[in-house]
Amino acid sequence: MRLYEYMAKNMLADYGIPIPKSRVVTSVDEAVETADDFGVPVVLKAQVLSGGRGKAGGIQFAETPRIAGENAQTLLASEIGGHRVETLLVEERLDIDREWYLGIIIDTASKSPVVMASAQGGVEIETVPDRNIFRATIDTKWGLFRYQMRALTTDMGISGVAARQVQTIAIALYRLFRREDALMAEINPLALCGDEVVAADARLTLDDDSRFRHRDWPDTEAFGEIGARIAELGLSYVPLAGDVAVLANGAGATMATMDALAHFGADPMNFLDVGGGADREKMGEALRLLASTDPKVILINVFGGITRCDELAQMVVDAKASGVLEAPLVIRLSGTNEDEGRDILEAAGLNAFNHLDQAARRAAELVGEGGADDNSSG
Amino acid sequence: MVVLVNRDTNVLVQGITGRSGALQTKVMIDYGTNVVAGVTPGKGGMEVEGVPVYDFIVDAMEHHDIDAAISFVPAPFAKDASIEAIDSGIKLLVLTTEEIPDQDVLAIIAHARAAGTTVLGPGTPGLFAPGKCKLGAHPSRMFQEGRVGIVSKSGALSYEVGKAMTEAGIGQSAVVGLGGGPIWGISQTEVLRLFENDPETDAIVLLGEIGGSMEEEAASFIADNISKPVVAIIVGRAAPEGKSLGHAGAIIEGDRGTAQAKIAALEEAGAYIARTPYEIADIIEEIRGDS
Repeated sequence: MRLYEYMAKNMLADYGIPIPKSRVVTSVDEAVETADDFGVPVVLKAQVLSGGRGKAGGIQFAETPRIAGENAQTLLASEIGGHRVETLLVEERLDIDREWYLGIIIDTASKSPVVMASAQGGVEIETVPDRNIFRATIDTKWGLFRYQMRALTTDMGISGVAARQVQTIAIALYRLFRREDALMAEINPLALCGDEVVAADARLTLDDDSRFRHRDWPDTEAFGEIGARIAELGLSYVPLAGDVAVLANGAGATMATMDALAHFGADPMNFLDVGGGADREKMGEALRLLASTDPKVILINVFGGITRCDELAQMVVDAKASGVLEAPLVIRLSGTNEDEGRDILEAAGLNAFNHLDQAARRAAELVGEGGADDNSSG
Repeated sequence: MVVLVNRDTNVLVQGITGRSGALQTKVMIDYGTNVVAGVTPGKGGMEVEGVPVYDFIVDAMEHHDIDAAISFVPAPFAKDASIEAIDSGIKLLVLTTEEIPDQDVLAIIAHARAAGTTVLGPGTPGLFAPGKCKLGAHPSRMFQEGRVGIVSKSGALSYEVGKAMTEAGIGQSAVVGLGGGPIWGISQTEVLRLFENDPETDAIVLLGEIGGSMEEEAASFIADNISKPVVAIIVGRAAPEGKSLGHAGAIIEGDRGTAQAKIAALEEAGAYIARTPYEIADIIEEIRGDS
């Protein structure tokens, strides 16, 4: 889960990392009032999760409260990366002398957290040449050592009081990374303003799998109302742009289902993995939610391992009987209790393919025909 | 020894009294796996499917020879249970648990590395050598004994491919699940090496996914070290950029992790590329016809 900038900065502050004076606002009046209170030039920053915010006009400078109000009006009416801007962060404008990059990621190759730093801050780290990036691998048993951070500041050409501050910030950032179960923590730019080092912008990604020990976390990334409700069922869902709703089990098998559709010329409308052990009620609820997104065709691909085909079949029959499935259904069933599953479907006038290729081809054909078909095509 | 296991492998089940643990213990025993002991804290003295349950792994090891452990312990307790297994001298740990926090996975793998323990997973269906040993949750009737090794990040996809192969009369020497990532114990490269050195394996099927760089590393390893034919598929070709599909590791970031790059690298290394699970069986039949 990615955090909004203001959430990330609040977390940095909790770990003693200096951040600019700021306030979160959601209206023009609040923006004007904040600029007035601060009594200095401010910057208004749209709070969105997508990158490239600056280029999209999501950061506006204001010399006076009146201009802050005008900027807030524009920003709050805008969309960035397909998301409506609903929240702004109003910050005192910094007088920046130097901009650095400081980040911690998990390096999957070495299977360790790695501190990355560069004297070229304020730009995407992916665009910085490798030779200009300092890296230090962290032994999770011991944590980050100050000598490693002394090497970091030396490499970046930082000396004196600022060097000491940067080292302390890096060590605090790793403490946050560790305790808050972060997957990525980035301060960019880390700004030198006079003799103060400040986190001018920050990005944090936290590990959703660690929610059991962070019960107060918000959920910033649910995919709309359908996504939030499917997430509540504990299932994995990603909306896409195509025509065929996909319900399958197992992440790899779900991806293979999407690929098979694409292979036959149809586009998947979503990724929905009902997992290895989802029960009938959960799968049924997920199917009903999926049907409500108005697909042209629904493709169900279940390979029963722990999931039983008869349970799946009964779930589909129940959903069909309740009248919520308007789009034609294409079903593929294989695995545990497959024969029982087929019997249940057939008794309800439904059929299932035995092979994924056949089912995907049929779903693609139905999209081509405008979805005007019943589901007895097996 | 086929790949990591054989007919005589003695297995301990961690979390044996839980819903998954008890069910999979029964399925493994039914298949013929030597499940000799189980562990659940506080349940010592019980029996599950006739298997004695202990409070601690070291207690089980006093009474049994144990070659491998398979863990069904829920994610919040998986780190503790895994460290116990490693500290107790378990040399092969199959970690089926999904959704373990990444930082816990890092700790488990670092500790295992220092102790010389091999970790399969996390989030793996396990390891299945048809006709020899089932150390995992694979539906056994989709597979049959044979001479083609499968290495897969995904459980259900390996079942799909196993079914296609089995229906075409192509059996498997071992089916190894790695888990969905983004951090893995054993990697594709390590399993490729095991299959290359296994006299009971003639060809290797590699089931990869978008995201990360493991397939590229496997490709360069194949080019330099693998003499047996490799058939590969990369799933997630229809995926958009920047969205993680179910497996945390299955994400395209910028131009990193794309299916195209992985397919190109594997082709360059001499692997055969399939686009659907059924094509894999077709390609293996062609290879067999040629040899």
